[in-house]
Formats: sequence, structure tokens, C-alpha cells
Amino acid sequence: MVNIVMEKIVIDNLSIQYSDGVESLQGINLKIPANAVTVLFGPAGGGKSTLLRTINRLNDLADVAKCQGRVLIDGENILEPDTDVINLRRKVGMVFSRPVPLPLSISKNISYALEVAGERNKARLEEKVERALRQVALWDEVYDRLNDPAIALSGGQQQRLCLARVMALEPEIILLDEPTSALDPISTAKIETLLKELSASITIILAPHNTQQAARMADYAAFLLQGELIEFGKGQDLFLNPTDKRTADYVRGRFG
Amino acid sequence: MAIKSPPNPAPILTSLQPAKGKLTSQLKQKLGFGLLTAVSTFTVLPIIALGIFILVQGIPSISWEFITGYPREGMRAGGILPAIVGTFYLTLGTAIFSVPPGIAAAIYLSEYAAENRFTRLIRIAMINLSGIPSVVYGLFGLGLFVLFLQFGSSILAASLTLSIMTLPVIISATEEALRSVPQSFRVVSISLGASRWQTIWRIVLPQSLPGIITGVILGLERAAGETAPILFTGAAFFLPRLPTSPMDETMALPYHLFVISTQVPGMPVQIQYGTVLVLLVFVLGMNLTATVIRSRARARRQW
Amino acid sequence: MTTTRPTSTQNLSLEKVLSLFIRLAGYLSVLYVSLICLFLLKEGLPALREVEGESLLGRVWYPIEGYFGILPLLMGSLVVTVGAALIATPLGVSTAVFISEVAPQWAKEVLKPLVEILAGIPSVVLGFIGILVLSPFFRQAMNLPTGLTAFTGAVLLGWAAVPTIASISEDALNTVPRAYREAAMALGATHWQTIWGVTVPAARSGILTAITLGLGRVIGETMAVMMVTGNAPVVPEGLQALFLPVRTMTATIASEMGEVAKGSTHYHVLFFIGITLFILSLIFNITAFALSARKIKRSERLLS
Repeated sequence: MVNIVMEKIVIDNLSIQYSDGVESLQGINLKIPANAVTVLFGPAGGGKSTLLRTINRLNDLADVAKCQGRVLIDGENILEPDTDVINLRRKVGMVFSRPVPLPLSISKNISYALEVAGERNKARLEEKVERALRQVALWDEVYDRLNDPAIALSGGQQQRLCLARVMALEPEIILLDEPTSALDPISTAKIETLLKELSASITIILAPHNTQQAARMADYAAFLLQGELIEFGKGQDLFLNPTDKRTADYVRGRFG
Repeated sequence: MAIKSPPNPAPILTSLQPAKGKLTSQLKQKLGFGLLTAVSTFTVLPIIALGIFILVQGIPSISWEFITGYPREGMRAGGILPAIVGTFYLTLGTAIFSVPPGIAAAIYLSEYAAENRFTRLIRIAMINLSGIPSVVYGLFGLGLFVLFLQFGSSILAASLTLSIMTLPVIISATEEALRSVPQSFRVVSISLGASRWQTIWRIVLPQSLPGIITGVILGLERAAGETAPILFTGAAFFLPRLPTSPMDETMALPYHLFVISTQVPGMPVQIQYGTVLVLLVFVLGMNLTATVIRSRARARRQW
Repeated sequence: MTTTRPTSTQNLSLEKVLSLFIRLAGYLSVLYVSLICLFLLKEGLPALREVEGESLLGRVWYPIEGYFGILPLLMGSLVVTVGAALIATPLGVSTAVFISEVAPQWAKEVLKPLVEILAGIPSVVLGFIGILVLSPFFRQAMNLPTGLTAFTGAVLLGWAAVPTIASISEDALNTVPRAYREAAMALGATHWQTIWGVTVPAARSGILTAITLGLGRVIGETMAVMMVTGNAPVVPEGLQALFLPVRTMTATIASEMGEVAKGSTHYHVLFFIGITLFILSLIFNITAFALSARKIKRSERLLS
């Protein structure tokens, strides 16, 4: 109960290939601990996005030619064809590199996921909207214009809105694909602080957009290179004392 | 135009001065813009002239009797009510048979279909449909609906014929509107646990609705003004009563205009202009509605 | 801390029914085209048996005497269509570029609706204008025996095809991302160079589609062409034939089908002309499709 690391996600010998041949994964084995920030880092094209999009089956939308192996969430293989992907995606939220507010109002952006999940009670929706906005520290900035179009927010606010949108579903896992790549340093810092806080109760998997962010954020870190998992370990270990030469080279900025 | 590899590389600073090439391209631009302005004006001015001309000629013959009366004296007097009502019925029938399948087909093409050989076949079929001459639709309607299915020359047969002709217009306008909705909205919606249909219904369709409505109206407008497809499938030369069932023949404004401007000797020109005016108001009214919807939507669009 | 999540199954059956409807509707176009082929062939092919081949390709169209040569009709259609295309394409594309790239806002707001109004004018109204205004004008201006000529038809139809070409091209130009233009301008291209070097090529597939659809309207044009081209089934020869009456295939079907007996040779030949029109539009459209499909593929890859 105290010191044992709980594994939220177990990735077992996962290989993925797209039909157009770009970015693939080869035999990934990875155990992602619960309630911590796990960072997936490495040069572009290494398979970070693919790995993230596999965990919530968003890759179903892409042209995947081959997909082998297992991804176990709480012991359940979510790659099975009969997986309820919709429930899966409610459990595994995702934030994208560019903030994409839906073409709705600020509050509708957050209640959207709840509404498609069947929630119709207005009071409960409003309450959840407020809670989600407070969780990402956006409430004070927008409480008086919840019905304005979300697109009117600044980039940093939009990205926090996107995070709130995911939070409203009370997910167990949040995947973030370079969530701060389009943001200024202040907004980035806000998001990073938020993620650290959230990781107390949520499993967070982050593909950072640079190595500094990786080092700052990582409770655990996985180094991906050309579709292969090179090294996985605790954050400090990996960045201070990498065992693999390729990891060391990358961390010290020798290539990539 | 940019760099013509000079024998001696010029100092960088000269590129900031108005070079000769730059001047010519400025002049070119001026001439080009002038030409474009002239061509556009030349294209558009006759429309205004025409509108004023028809309005001036047609308004005197518009009266309550003309709109609500039946033709008399071999169509040389009286009103055009049966033609107005007939065109309304034909347009309505066309909408019933073309709008639901047209929008559905567009959703299929934009949201469901994989880019495979079969989808290509559908696209070729659609492009083919949109290219088929309207009179050939008339032949087809005659062969299939009037003779083979024995609907006879009727509103039903004519509407079905018009609906097939309208279908590709509605499909392609709708598909374009659907595709103009950014892909990222769909991905986000799916990632939030919405099903494909929920994504279409709650995000994609509302965002593309103005485009869809515009496309539908423009398609129907074309159907309302068509003559050739209904020539042998449902249009009556002269029928001084209102149709009572979909199996009746009917007069229609465009065909009526054709008849009175070419087939009836000694036709008072006033009645012809009046009929043109009514037909144009009917058709262009739809057009105006579509334009208003579109421009409003563009102004309100969030992406 | 587990929240009750309503399952997604409640909407599933509705979604299945809708998906089925959508799928079937998607196939509808293919069904219709097949039906059209079937019925045209069924009613048109007997003509080949009933009229000897030479006569079908002959230069005389005089059905009452049993002369079913469709050459004059074919040539009539060709002359009018080519003439209209020569007028419509430059006018249409220029108008689109002007509206989308050059015109100030107020001019856009005037021009666009006007062009759409022209698109909406029914062909029978154009024919009416042709008879009452255009043809008397050409007769006097060029001192012709009649104003109902191939030339009048080409001018009228060319003008009528402009809005189709212009408005669809304009939509295509509008969808070109602003970044393309800004990038070109940033590289030092003038506005004019940007238009022809970047924007128009980027919207190429849409413009091609626009021209296809515009010309499709010309080829299929029936009423206006029947009303203004004089209806003389004569093989046009030489340039002066442009200023003589002609008779197109569409006009022939429209004016004669109403009076023939179902199942007669004349009836079958009119359907045969329908087949000819169908094949012509097929060739034309597939070519255009092949041209623009390459572009579509590329832009779709960019999207994903």
C-alpha cells in the first residue's frame, strides 16, 4: 500500500505499422505507474503520438495496417475488438498539441462530453462545468462569459479549457501530446503546475515538446527512438544517469 | 522574375532599391487588376440591365387576377395560377425525393466512406449524373417512370425525374460543406467519447448546416426552373385547373413560358413579361434566401 | 469515487439504422446512373436495327421521310458548345479571381449575389431574352437574315455558364489557406504574382470542377438553345455557319419527342441521340474527374 508502485497500464509487446509506412512501433514493453507523470520523449517520429493514440484507441481513425500485442488498462486488454471504445475514451482523456476548442461556447465545450455520455440534468452539468474550470484555474477568468464562443479565449486559456474538458469526465488517465508546443512560457508553466497537481489522483502520460520539459515533469520517463523503447525508468535516474548510450546522447543534446 | 543569376553577384543592398523587374511586375499587376475589373463588370452589368428591363416590362401586367386566375382565350388572357401552383408542387416533390437521400449520401461520402475503389465509383457516378443533359433526364423519366412504372405523365413522374437531376447538386454542395469543417473537431469529439454519429450530429452538421441549406436551395431552384426534364414526364401544355393528386399532369411556370413565347401565335407580349417576372421572383426568391443564409453564416463562423 | 456512466448502447440501434440509411444513400448515385444507362440502351439501341448505320451517320435529318442522319445535330451541338466554352471560361475564371482576390469588400458584396442570380436564371428565361433582345440585336448589328443563329446560342449559353464557373471557382479560391498567400507575399511576390503563382494553382482542382460543371450546363442546355438557334438541322460548314441557324441534339429531342409514337423508329432514334449525349457527357466528365482526382488525393493526405 505504501511503497509498491501500482501499474495502471501495461503495454505488452506492442507493434504498430501504418499503411503508408511512417512512424511505427516495434515490440514495446512498458509498465506505466498509476497516479504519476510518465513522460514519453525522444526525437520526432519516434512513435510517441502513435503510442498515445493507441492507449485511447484514437488510432482507430487512422490507417493502421498492422497492430499486434496487448495494452492492458487495469488488467483489461483494450485492443480487443469488442472493447467499448467509447467508454474507454471517457476513461482515458486526451489533450492535443494545438488547442482545439470545439465551435461551441465555453461551457458547452466542457459539458459536451458529458452530454454525449447521456447527462441531461442542467444543474449537474453546470456544477461539473464549474468544477472542471476551477480544476484548471480558469474559472476566475471566464465565469462571467461562459456562453461566449470558446475561440475568443487566448491560446493558453484554450489549452486549459481543453484540459478542463477532459477533466469533466473524471478520467483515470490523461494523455497529452505536446500540449504546450503552441503556448508561451507563462501558459506553459501554468499547465505544468496543473499536471503535477492532477497527477496525485490521475495517471498522466505526457509527450513533452522538448527535453527540458521532459526532465521537469517526469516522475517516470520512457525514451523512444524510431519506434523502439530504448530505456524506461524513474525520471531522475533516466535524465541524470542514463544507462543506454543513445539515451545519454539524446539527453545531452548530441542528436535529434 | 526574381534572380537571373547575374555574372557578378550584386551587393545585397541593391535589392532594397526598386529594381527594374519589380517595377514591371507592379505595372503588370495594375494592368491585370484593371482587366479583371473590366471583365467582371462586363459579365455582371447585363444582369442588372435585364432585371430592370423585366421589372419595367412585367410589373404592369401583374395583377391579382393574373396571379390567382386561370388562363382564358387560349392563354392569351387571364391568369397563370395553375402554372404557379404546378411549379410549387413539382419543387416540393423534388425536395421530398432528393433532400433526405442527398444529405445522407453526402454524409456517407464525407464521414463514412474509405477512399477505395467503390467510393471512386460513387464519385464517378455522381459527377456523371451532374453532367447528364437535362433533356436526357427527360428521356429517362419517360422511359422509367412514365412508361415502365406506368406513373403516366404526372407530378410524381416529373418530381422523381427532377429529383435525380438535383441529387448530385445537393450531394456535392453538402459534402463540400461537411468537409470544410476542420478534421480536428472530429478527432477531438471522438477523443471525448462521442460516437461517430454523435460527432456528425452535434458538431459536423451544425457547423455545415448553412452550407447544406444553401446547396439544397440552389439545387431545388434549378429544379424549379427546369423545363426539359418535365417536357415528357408531367408538364401540361394547357390545363386550366389545379392538379388534385400526384398522378395528375400539371402546368408549370417554365414550360408555360416556353409555350407562350414560341408556340402560341398572337400572344400578347405583356403576358409573356408578366410570366417571366413571376417565374424569376419564384426562382430568385429561393436564390436570395440561400444567399442571405450563407452570408450570415460566414459572418458568424468561428473557424 | 466511481461515477455512473450511462452506457453508449442506448443510442446504438438508432445509430445502426441511420448508418444503414446513409450507406444505402451513398450507393444511390450508382444505382441511378445504372438505371439511366439501362433505359437509354433499352429504348435507344433498337434504332441501330431499324435504321441502317449509314443513314444514322448521314447528313440529312428529315424524320418524316425516314432520313435519320444525326451528323447535323452533332455538329450543331459542337459548334454551340465550343463557342460558349470560349466565352465562358475566361469570363468565369476572371470573375472568380476578381471577386475572391482583388475586389474591395463592397464590390464583393454586390458582385457575388449578382453572379448567383445569373446562375439561377432558368434556361427558358434566357431563351426568352434571346428571342426578344439578343437575336434582334445581332440581326441588326451584323446585318443577318435572321438573328436565330449558332452564334446567338453560343453567346447566350457562354454568358449563362459564367456564374457556374465563377461561383464554384471562387469557393475553391476561398478555401486556399491565407498562409499560402502570406508566404508568397513574404517572399516578395506581388499580389498579382501570388494570385497566379500560388492561389489559383492551389485552387486548381476546384476551378477545374467549376469549368466542368459550367460546360456541363452548356452541353445539356436545351430550352434556351432550342429557342434561339433557329432549329435548322443543317451540317454547319465554314466559319460563316456560325451565323446561320443550327439545331442541337438536345433541341431535337425536346422538340420532337412530344409528337412521336412510342416504340416507333423515330422514338428509338431520339433515344439513340440521348445515348450519344450521355456518352459525350460521360467522356467529358470522366476526363475532368481524372484531372482533378490527382489533386484531391494530395490534399487529403495533407489533412490527415
